[in-house]
Amino acid sequence: MALQITVDLEGCKGYACCMMEAPELFDIDDETGKAILLEERPSADRAEEAERAARSCPASVILVRNG
Amino acid sequence: MNRVVIVGASLAAVHVIEGLRRNGYQGEIQLVGAEPQLPYDRPPLSKEALRAGPELDRLLLKEPGWYGTQAVELCLGTAAVGLDTRARQVVLEGGRELPYDGLVIATGGTARSLGGPEEVGPVHVIRSVADTAALHEQLVPGRHLVVIGAGFIGLEVAATAREMGLDVSVVEAAPVPLTRVLGGEAGAWFRDHHLANGVDLRCGSALEQVEVTSRGTKIQLVDGTVLAADVVVAGIGAVPATGWLDGSGVHVADGVVCDPTLRASAPGVVAAGDVARWHHPLFGQTMRVEQWRNAVEQGGRAALSLLGDTDAFAAVPYFWSDQFDAKVRFVGVAGGADTMHVEQTGDTSMVALFGRDGVIRGALCVNAPRLLARYQKAIVEQVAWGDVTGTG
Repeated sequence: MALQITVDLEGCKGYACCMMEAPELFDIDDETGKAILLEERPSADRAEEAERAARSCPASVILVRNG
Repeated sequence: MNRVVIVGASLAAVHVIEGLRRNGYQGEIQLVGAEPQLPYDRPPLSKEALRAGPELDRLLLKEPGWYGTQAVELCLGTAAVGLDTRARQVVLEGGRELPYDGLVIATGGTARSLGGPEEVGPVHVIRSVADTAALHEQLVPGRHLVVIGAGFIGLEVAATAREMGLDVSVVEAAPVPLTRVLGGEAGAWFRDHHLANGVDLRCGSALEQVEVTSRGTKIQLVDGTVLAADVVVAGIGAVPATGWLDGSGVHVADGVVCDPTLRASAPGVVAAGDVARWHHPLFGQTMRVEQWRNAVEQGGRAALSLLGDTDAFAAVPYFWSDQFDAKVRFVGVAGGADTMHVEQTGDTSMVALFGRDGVIRGALCVNAPRLLARYQKAIVEQVAWGDVTGTG
């Protein structure tokens, strides 16, 4: 089982909270100021980290699903 | 524990609810809020929601149906006015009593005012969606806005109003903006940034008095300058909303005094968000943090503490502020720093580091977000000041 992470870049405001919570899953593009998803389908043992990043997003643009 | 009452319909409250349910709590949850609205997001109130006018459904932290699915009973538009920690009851306006097994204090803060409203006339503050709606109505291009106080909120309001086409003056008693938070050298960058964007920033200008006339408001400064304002905003900080705890026995000293796990001084009571003061194990000091991410993380931690967890709350503070094209990001703490190092500075970006007792404690990154994660790691690991600044 893997996770599926998606980021709605339209809504991303570059608050960088995802990178601060989960720097191995998210980075920030210095040019656009928006999030970069480093792993779209991380293994299921990363669920807590991914969900923490999703919860910490002020713009609520990160979605974490199983499968 | 079968009855949890959360006082304060806030960001922290939403994360308490999530934390309780995620960790298996199945009992009752009652959410009490003084404002009539469901919990909403406050950072936009001085930025995009001020520019466009606040639309509540876009600000709501959770859609209305979410509270039903989480089995939360809402008691909104009703302030808590008292607390009996022996009987374990919260008293609401109108006299209703809510018994609890676990209580979460998440009442946040109220904007500090210049004095009684009768003394200063129509001076706006920004704290609630109603405040932002009222100020938005007044932000008409060509008008003169005077902001009292060059803190983060004041500077955000100034930038927003300037972008809307107002003439904007900012009056600040300290020599540069944000001195209290960031110190002089970093504050100077913000001064230059606002001056370059056409804000009439008057630092070192103490306020003498505010006089309301039929044709507007006169702002008189100690040096004799008089500014004629169409609109006045006070951005002079907030005070923790703890008045309802008077006489309850809950220890309050500039916030609800908590242990490292966010438990307050009465049984079954925890606090989270702007209102909570606790001892941070990493920084070795008691603090109160008025920041978005802190409310999220303390909400989760307070929920775990109610459920019996005994871990300390040790998250590194992180906040952002957007002013004109400057995306300001800060990780860690700057207060109490004994040394500061400007790593890079230019017209559009700046990185400054803050240290104490030989280790890094904070980093300010303006338009340089990628460095934040690295500095956060260095702060957690208490990396030596010389190693992180290259001066060692």
